[in-house]
Amino acid sequence: MAIYIDDNTKVLVQGMTGNQGTFHSQQMLAYGTDLVAGVSPGKGGQTVEGKPVYNTVRSAVTNHQIDASILFIPAPFAKDAALEALDAGIKVVVCITEHIPVHDAMEIMAFAKEMDATVVGPNTFGLVSSGKCKIGIMPNQFFIPGNVGVVARSGTLSYEIVGNLTAAKMGTSTVVGLGGDRVVGLNFIDVLKKFEQDTETKAVVMVGEIGGSAEENAAEYIKGNISKPVVAYLAGKSAPAGKRMGHAGAIIERGRGTFEGKVKALSAAGVKVAELPFQVPQILSEIL
Amino acid sequence: MKLFEYMGKELFDKYNIPVPKGGVAGTPEEAAKQAENLEEAVVKSQILSGKRGKAGGIKFVSGKEHARQAADELLGMELKGLKVEKVLVEEKLPIEKEFYLAITLDGTLKKPIILASVEGGMDIEDVPEEKMVRHPINTNLGVQPYLGKDIADRLGFSGNQAKQFAKILANLYQAFKELDAELMEINPLVLAADKLIAADAKVTIDDDALYRHKDLPKVEERTDAEKKAYALGLSYVELDGNIAIMANGAGITMATLDIIQHYGGAPANFLDAGGGAGVEATAKALEILLSTNPKAILINIFGGITRCDDVATAFITVKKQRKIPVPVVIRLVGTNEDKGVQILKDNGIEAFGTMDEAAKAAVQLATQ
Repeated sequence: MAIYIDDNTKVLVQGMTGNQGTFHSQQMLAYGTDLVAGVSPGKGGQTVEGKPVYNTVRSAVTNHQIDASILFIPAPFAKDAALEALDAGIKVVVCITEHIPVHDAMEIMAFAKEMDATVVGPNTFGLVSSGKCKIGIMPNQFFIPGNVGVVARSGTLSYEIVGNLTAAKMGTSTVVGLGGDRVVGLNFIDVLKKFEQDTETKAVVMVGEIGGSAEENAAEYIKGNISKPVVAYLAGKSAPAGKRMGHAGAIIERGRGTFEGKVKALSAAGVKVAELPFQVPQILSEIL
Repeated sequence: MKLFEYMGKELFDKYNIPVPKGGVAGTPEEAAKQAENLEEAVVKSQILSGKRGKAGGIKFVSGKEHARQAADELLGMELKGLKVEKVLVEEKLPIEKEFYLAITLDGTLKKPIILASVEGGMDIEDVPEEKMVRHPINTNLGVQPYLGKDIADRLGFSGNQAKQFAKILANLYQAFKELDAELMEINPLVLAADKLIAADAKVTIDDDALYRHKDLPKVEERTDAEKKAYALGLSYVELDGNIAIMANGAGITMATLDIIQHYGGAPANFLDAGGGAGVEATAKALEILLSTNPKAILINIFGGITRCDDVATAFITVKKQRKIPVPVVIRLVGTNEDKGVQILKDNGIEAFGTMDEAAKAAVQLATQ
């Protein structure tokens, strides 16, 4: 069992003929993802890595079964591409693109809700069910099968955490990148719910950061609903207030979203909070 | 991008949200001119910070001579660490009551949200929760007329005032949506001579959407180094310490700052080289770091989309072109790690395999 995606997931790549689209199509295929087709407007009829490219999502879904789509589309056009995928009935849409205007993100999420679909991102590395299916841009070699579920707001930091787990011989069940923006499709609670039901996952690692209230909300939910052990690592302890630290969400304003507040909320919910990334596997090995 | 109060009010005016009579001035003469037809006026220094009144940045005046004098005192003054370059001269309102009204976005709900209160004029975090009205806006519907009436009612407005309030709210949402705003705040929204007027304006526009708002004024909050980095597509923030940091990704860059501080060091900056930074951008990022005269540099790369050999090549390129006067600690793992580590090795540099070891080394080198 895995969450959101598994061995059978058939994947479409939007923006397949671009630089990133082509490179990461190769990487996903190398990982074992069942990538079936691509879309690049005006490039229909071409192939990438032997997979057919279509002009529209509609024509791709007419010719193939498609369960999920990944977007390598520049920010100004990303909203349209996401809406196109949702309108064609695709149930999992992974949006890698960063710098999408936040009003566009809100419109995407409203439409996804209407279509009963899941959006991962924007500004995410994607998601991977280790050894089964990778829909994203993460480096293949670190994502080996195991029983730790990981859910994270930031990309490279998740690789750091997963890299530490791998070094400690701990594999991952599913790793989900929520995305670093203020408005993203999935939140911690959505993913924690899935991990709780996933028989493969024995413990969960939450990788959070300062800003917003996603971690506090998750802490509140964990209290009454999550029986599996949860370990958290939070970035941004040393960040000064009022400065935007790269991620649109990572800003402390009006005393909300502080490091201390998040640690306090999570600790109160029984979550073990690691102070440094390499402590995560140590804490997990004590629990598992 | 935060806008100055006067810019926000100019936008409000365009969207038919009532603002006080007056205008902006860059010199005492201009201020006198703006005050010409006003009996009692207020001269407000224009900085991107709140609580200006308490800091002495707002003066009440009578007549144009007095306005000239006030502007002369305020212009060029340093207020809360910011230089006053413009003042706003406005009619003094006969305030009967102050309210709070804002539209911002709620990341949890993934929707815009209305915040309103019968207690305005103070910081929103000081307003007791039970006096706040919070109402999410359906993204597909926007602010329909009933919603303005409903919120006006909840705030205690009736009759003509309720109508005025509903109109202001509808116009504020239209501006919020059309201008890609993250925040539109009126604090206080005042009742003066039976009219509701926006006595202040705080507007923040989404940086990622600026490309479709070429007609908006440009406000620069960045330092010179931050501007240079922004032009290169890098995220850069200046801090107070002496260890310069470059990492790839916002989360890992923050974690690198944290670990430096954990080992007793002080980060000089936050430099996120981002995903997929090529040789050229990485080299330029290094130049920015060197320009800040740090005691040591820590490069922490976990390659995903970024390739380790590109980072190594960039570093060697810079090293060959110019003298690097401070110790550099490099941690390099991930995509094309072997190639990257070999490139460094060929040039006599050992790369660290973990963030922990690299951070310890950087702190030690900076304190020597």
